[in-house]
Amino acid sequence: MNAPAMNLQSGRDDGIAVGEELLSVSNVTLRFGGVTAIQDVSFDILKGEIRAIIGPNGAGKTSMLNVINGFYHPQEGIIRFRGEARSRMKPYEAAASGIARTFQNVALFTGMSTLDNIMSGRSLKMNKNFLTQMFYYGPARDEEIEHRRRVEEIIDFLEIAHIRRQPVGKLPYGLQKRVELGRALALEPDLLLLDEPMAGMNLEEKEDMSRFIIDVNQQFGTTIALIEHDMGVVMDLADRVVVLDYGKKIADGQPADVQANQDVIDAYLGVPH
Amino acid sequence: MATETGALDTFPKFLLHNAKKFGERPAMRHKDFGIWQTWTWSEMHEEIRNFSVGLKALGLKRGDKVAVVGSNRPRLYWSFCAVQAIGGVPIPVYADAVAEEMVYVLQHAEVRFAIVQDQEQVDKLLSIKDDLPALETIVYDWERGLGDYEEDFLHNFGEVQAEGKKQLAQSGAEADWIAGINEGKGSDLSVMLYTSGTTGKPKGVMLSYDNLVVSSQNANKFDNFDETDEIIAYLPLAWVGDHIFSYGQSMTAGYCVCCPESPDTVTENRREIAPTYFFAPPRVFEGLLTEIMVRMEDAGNLKKKMFHYFLDVAKQTGERILNGESTSFMERLKYKIGEFLVYGPLKNRLGMTRMKVGYTAGEAIGPEIFKFYRSLGLNLKQLYGQTEASVYITAQPDGEISADTVGTPSPDVEIDIADNGEVLYRSPGVFMGYYKNEEATKETKTEEGWVHTGDAGFLDSNGHLRIIDRAKDVGKLNNGSMFPPKYIENKLKFFPNIKEAVAIGDGRDYVAVMLNIDLQPVANWAERNNIAYASYQELANHPMVYDMMAEHVDQVNLDLASEERVAGAQIKRFLVLHKELDADDGELTRTMKVRRTLINERYELLIEALYDGSEEKFVETEVVFEDGRKGKISATVKIRDAEVHEALHRSGAMKEAAQ
Repeated sequence: MNAPAMNLQSGRDDGIAVGEELLSVSNVTLRFGGVTAIQDVSFDILKGEIRAIIGPNGAGKTSMLNVINGFYHPQEGIIRFRGEARSRMKPYEAAASGIARTFQNVALFTGMSTLDNIMSGRSLKMNKNFLTQMFYYGPARDEEIEHRRRVEEIIDFLEIAHIRRQPVGKLPYGLQKRVELGRALALEPDLLLLDEPMAGMNLEEKEDMSRFIIDVNQQFGTTIALIEHDMGVVMDLADRVVVLDYGKKIADGQPADVQANQDVIDAYLGVPH
Repeated sequence: MATETGALDTFPKFLLHNAKKFGERPAMRHKDFGIWQTWTWSEMHEEIRNFSVGLKALGLKRGDKVAVVGSNRPRLYWSFCAVQAIGGVPIPVYADAVAEEMVYVLQHAEVRFAIVQDQEQVDKLLSIKDDLPALETIVYDWERGLGDYEEDFLHNFGEVQAEGKKQLAQSGAEADWIAGINEGKGSDLSVMLYTSGTTGKPKGVMLSYDNLVVSSQNANKFDNFDETDEIIAYLPLAWVGDHIFSYGQSMTAGYCVCCPESPDTVTENRREIAPTYFFAPPRVFEGLLTEIMVRMEDAGNLKKKMFHYFLDVAKQTGERILNGESTSFMERLKYKIGEFLVYGPLKNRLGMTRMKVGYTAGEAIGPEIFKFYRSLGLNLKQLYGQTEASVYITAQPDGEISADTVGTPSPDVEIDIADNGEVLYRSPGVFMGYYKNEEATKETKTEEGWVHTGDAGFLDSNGHLRIIDRAKDVGKLNNGSMFPPKYIENKLKFFPNIKEAVAIGDGRDYVAVMLNIDLQPVANWAERNNIAYASYQELANHPMVYDMMAEHVDQVNLDLASEERVAGAQIKRFLVLHKELDADDGELTRTMKVRRTLINERYELLIEALYDGSEEKFVETEVVFEDGRKGKISATVKIRDAEVHEALHRSGAMKEAAQ
């Protein structure tokens, strides 16, 4: 594990130009017993882009994210991250390699403060061993201060300074989602997976969240893959869209093209059988 | 550093002076990344100098108008001085104004430069840039989200400073800058502040350095402020009060101004700083008290008992101790214990531990609230002021405090009462005039320099000024009794459950009011009483809330009945509004004052219903969301009758008997 990078833009200064392939999914099939959740799906995510994954309920979007971050292991197919193929990877290995995610239902430590929750996202970046940390003074403290600095930058970025010390369980839903995004950012990911970041939000919260997603993408250069239901949001945010239906890929391309695609319209509105 | 020449008559000259005199003392603090960052006077001098020279390099000239838009951040305060050093005129603008509101001010002031806080404000300005042909350059403080903006007239504050620093490395650049400062005179236009105005378009109040410097120095002397004091800056930059407290008085006294981390963290930040001087409009003091009381409701039994017991002790002895009156040994002992157990921790919680002086102004403060703070040993006082007066008209001297006066004339201020009861004043702080509005200037300021305040009031036997209402708002009922709307509204608003009230009655048969509930205490009350509700609207319309409001109205009627002059203005009918009155809908001004004419038009149907005897009324109201879009809410609003009491005042009763 490397020492923590000096800025959150680490994704952009490792020599790969924007636009190169960051992750590719080739012919992936995922089955749960007799149910095929994902069937022979291939697509890629380029460095620096916002990639949306859309589709009707049960299309396999969340399963796809779970495959990408190593939570599910596909029966067939190859996933390449930064050009490296991998077969079976554990979620923490995915995290260590630079993939962070948020969840469809908020998954925070509700009894802990905003600060501690985001700090927990840094745990993978802490190198000092248990004994040093127990003693605290000296190297462990220096390390903690450095991490705290980074966390404060994220708090400033997401404008959540006023809830820094509040237990997240007491916060409104929109803010919890923001804290969750903060925790994912604390990992300084190269690839950020967002599972319905705007589900259940009101218009104002959605607009705030959209702005944060765009800012993360532009300022930190983080590549983002997001699942979203709100087509307006997808059209505004995404550079490219992949559409799943019943576990199969039915379209892939620019938002406008995808929106005009007859298969996509059929999938969303339904066709007489 | 070159020496300043001549008198200290402008703020940039004070900056040079302070940088030498108070060099290593703190001038400004800002909580950033969770830590309080401090700038000393000499560091602040350097920041301002770099930025100022950078602005000059961007083409800012003497006489240029510069809009400053944003919340209380050090860089925006520095902008004032940096602009003034070149001879430009800063124009702080309310940051929460929507784009359409901003167009008028920026057009009217012909701003060439704008210094703004962040992306939100940049976007706002870009959206109206086509209507602002004079606007050439925009400088932003916080770059988040602005990375890919390609407009070449957009500049980063830090980069402007860096450019200034580069220029300063050349010989003579610094001397040039100082020469520019020394060209400034006390009679020059220092700042333009647009008054929010309860009616019509905002007017640009022009204040000179002489106005502001003298007013600030007088105020510092009046309350003994010096470089050891500290305040927290949290009120809108565009408001004259903030300009005087956080800029004028700081520059002239050398005290430290602390900027909160964000507008949402003010309370917490105040606790950390514990300012020695604190100014707040009554609603802030009300809000703090309400919050404490609500929290105490949820506290344990022992704590609750202790809290209330010692508050009673404070009520009886606190103010007398503060005013230096005689008290018994037992009283002082009890108060001391109370200080240890309750008042001390409470003041700490409020961030008022070190408070030497607190002021409240802008509206009448509830006597109960006023007494509460004073009984804790806090030197809370009232002042009366206006933008046109560079704030100070009257203020309460230490030891001469009461809840219903606003004090004696401030140093160098003369007061006169016109025949119609309007308060007039004359002082060194009197403004130069309204920008490009001769007519309005003449209406307000007489040849001899007297200014019409527009407020009706009188001087009491101790020489203290009492304000009744806006002179033009005081009306008459059809039966001839006097109708002072604000007087009635304030009495209602002193109840924590009532956030806003609008009284109607001029030229009508009786007085009726429309009320806004205050969500925080009412929601808490609803929770404790097992009242279920789904929305603000539903809660406001709940019969039990109406019962509660009826009690408050009755209390106000009893109160009014006991005062001879206003006994006829008791409330006959009332209703609770289905939506909160909001500045975004134009119902309140940005400083949260009720806009009567607009409310009368907008709620015409409800007002009719108040007078035609109906029991409920269906209404639809347009609302404006924060981003400027519009929507509608509809509701059936109930109307209730209130009991009118017989005039309790003795002379009133006698008059009736005589008839």
